[in-house]
Amino acid sequence: MTKKAERIFVKGNEAIARGALAAKCKCFFGYPITPQNDIPEFMSSEMIKAGGDFVQAESEVAAANMLLGAGASGVRAMTSSSSPGMSLKQEAISYMAGSEIPAVIVNMNRGGPGLGDIGPAQGDYYQSTRGGGHGDYRHFTFGPGTVQEAYDLTIRAFDIAFEHRTPVLILGDAILGQMKEPITPWEPEDVDEEAGRDWAITGKTADREKRLVKSLFLQEGELAEQNKHLQAKYDSWIDLAEAEQFETEDAELVICAYGSIGRIAKSAVRKFRKQGKKVGLFRPITLYPYPSAELKALAEQGKRFLTIEHNLGQMLDDVRLAIRTIADSDFYPIYPGNLPTPDELEEPILKCLEGK
Amino acid sequence: MSDMNEKLVFDRPESIIDRPTHYCPGCHHGIAHRLVGELIDEMNLAEKTLMTASIGCSVFIYNYLNVDAVEAPHGRAPAVATGVKRSRPDNFVFTYQGDGDLASIGMAEIMHAANRGEKISVVFINNTVYGMTGGQMAPTTLIGQMTTTTPGGRCQTHEGSPIRMTEIIASLGGVAFAARGSLDSVANIRKAKKYLKKAFEFQVNGTGFGFVELLSGCPTNWKMTPLQANERIQKEMIPYFPLGIFKDVSEEGGIC
Ligand SMILES: Cc1ncc(C[n+]2csc(CCOP(=O)(O)OP(=O)(O)O)c2C)c(N)n1
Ligand code: SF4
Repeated sequence: MTKKAERIFVKGNEAIARGALAAKCKCFFGYPITPQNDIPEFMSSEMIKAGGDFVQAESEVAAANMLLGAGASGVRAMTSSSSPGMSLKQEAISYMAGSEIPAVIVNMNRGGPGLGDIGPAQGDYYQSTRGGGHGDYRHFTFGPGTVQEAYDLTIRAFDIAFEHRTPVLILGDAILGQMKEPITPWEPEDVDEEAGRDWAITGKTADREKRLVKSLFLQEGELAEQNKHLQAKYDSWIDLAEAEQFETEDAELVICAYGSIGRIAKSAVRKFRKQGKKVGLFRPITLYPYPSAELKALAEQGKRFLTIEHNLGQMLDDVRLAIRTIADSDFYPIYPGNLPTPDELEEPILKCLEGK
Repeated sequence: MSDMNEKLVFDRPESIIDRPTHYCPGCHHGIAHRLVGELIDEMNLAEKTLMTASIGCSVFIYNYLNVDAVEAPHGRAPAVATGVKRSRPDNFVFTYQGDGDLASIGMAEIMHAANRGEKISVVFINNTVYGMTGGQMAPTTLIGQMTTTTPGGRCQTHEGSPIRMTEIIASLGGVAFAARGSLDSVANIRKAKKYLKKAFEFQVNGTGFGFVELLSGCPTNWKMTPLQANERIQKEMIPYFPLGIFKDVSEEGGIC
């Protein structure tokens, strides 16, 4: 059940912040970095008005560790950053994964490596989907493609984080963050803020044992058990994998693209379709778990594939893993530092379609 | 044998779990744990306490104190505790950190938590050495002190001076209480407990950040007997790390 409100015209960054408020997020910990500053700026007033708390941390390291503390207390909390800042957050994210602490983390991907630039890019795909910190872990990763989707997926991110005791990542980029679109905000009704947190530290009472949230497992075999448990959890997410398919049914060539590039590719597909050319789009919405089964099914229908990314070939690995026994995928990279347009995508798509 | 005349004068605090600790003989971590446990009982905080454990020999404090706890990455306990306290402002939140944890890798986190005036309490164990990793130099290692990474003794021109954390913390806005105690003798242990109590009270009554440094022995890495370690605290550490209260806003007037 949902409660819908008036349509509003907002940036992707603001949509994420509003989504978090709708999901009853109670604490936000941030540190400025372009192109995500709208999120902490919005939260610095709205989170307080909503009866929660906002802290501008001294660094991304601290912000992520504040999130760890809030999550361990069983409270809905969030942080956001962009690429160089995300690298700093990886320490805490690995600890959160190891300690099974729920939290929502937003990365508005900018160009890298290093300081790179402040423009859009998708170079953090590996870091986001493989677990960017130390150890064997994954986090649930959403790759929204529109401002509305950014809002919707933020709300879902909180539910998944608490249902599965895991950090959840929202991977956007500078295009999504800075783009304004009309959205219809909605509020999930009856968010049970106490649900799924019978493990959290809240203060021990006479009728329960003390609780401990930790990632250290020193006894022989203990860490192996914890890792088995974590892997089983990650495996179970496969049912939650999700993708948008657009004009794929009779397509000869399927473009695989996600996030902002997925949306730009969609415009290109529309144009080709007007010309009667059989092109479709496969746009993963969950980047981890990857919607491999859906993609494989398309391969089984004999389709060809072209992966387009705003990086030098990262999701391409997941596409190939999904279809490897049947087909392969061509690749068209958009170099970070360049802003892609639908026109730029036409030529490589056409080339692929004509089998060149 | 008759127990008719025996009177129990000293017992285990409720908040301390009945199990042997992993600490080396003569280590002062156990004494510091006990003081914290006694105060949690005396101040009736057990059901309110959310402890933030750190990295170092004391990482297992959560096995010894009977309260809810979260483990923080190395040095980040003040940030983790900030998140805990901001989420649950009615709870009593404290960190327990060694000198490597707090004054080296976690220097930024402790300074900023103190400066923001986070309403948390920090128990800082200064044994002038990295205990858990086998006796390397800490930011508090004294000049001339031999450690595994200062085999010729700490040299001021090469490794810098030992950092006096309590003095630095006391200079920051938001700090309600900052004191340095020592665990080398019964008299100093009693005083140390008073400092801890004051720091905890400043959190409970919502005034601000409380910091208590405790000079502690690490006989193992100092390569000394427990008694020699106590002597070293008196002769070498206290002259460089003077004991006492460095900030107490109840005496100076409040902070905003
Ligand atoms: C990021 C990171 N770096 C290094 C370590 C290794 N490490 C574990 S304990 C420790 C030093 C702890 O020393 P101190 O805080 O003085 O505590 P003590 O053991 O003396 O009680 C270090 C460096 C770690 N666990 N994590
Ligand atoms: S190594 Fe030092 S600090 Fe660690 S338990 Fe032994 S005596 Fe204590």
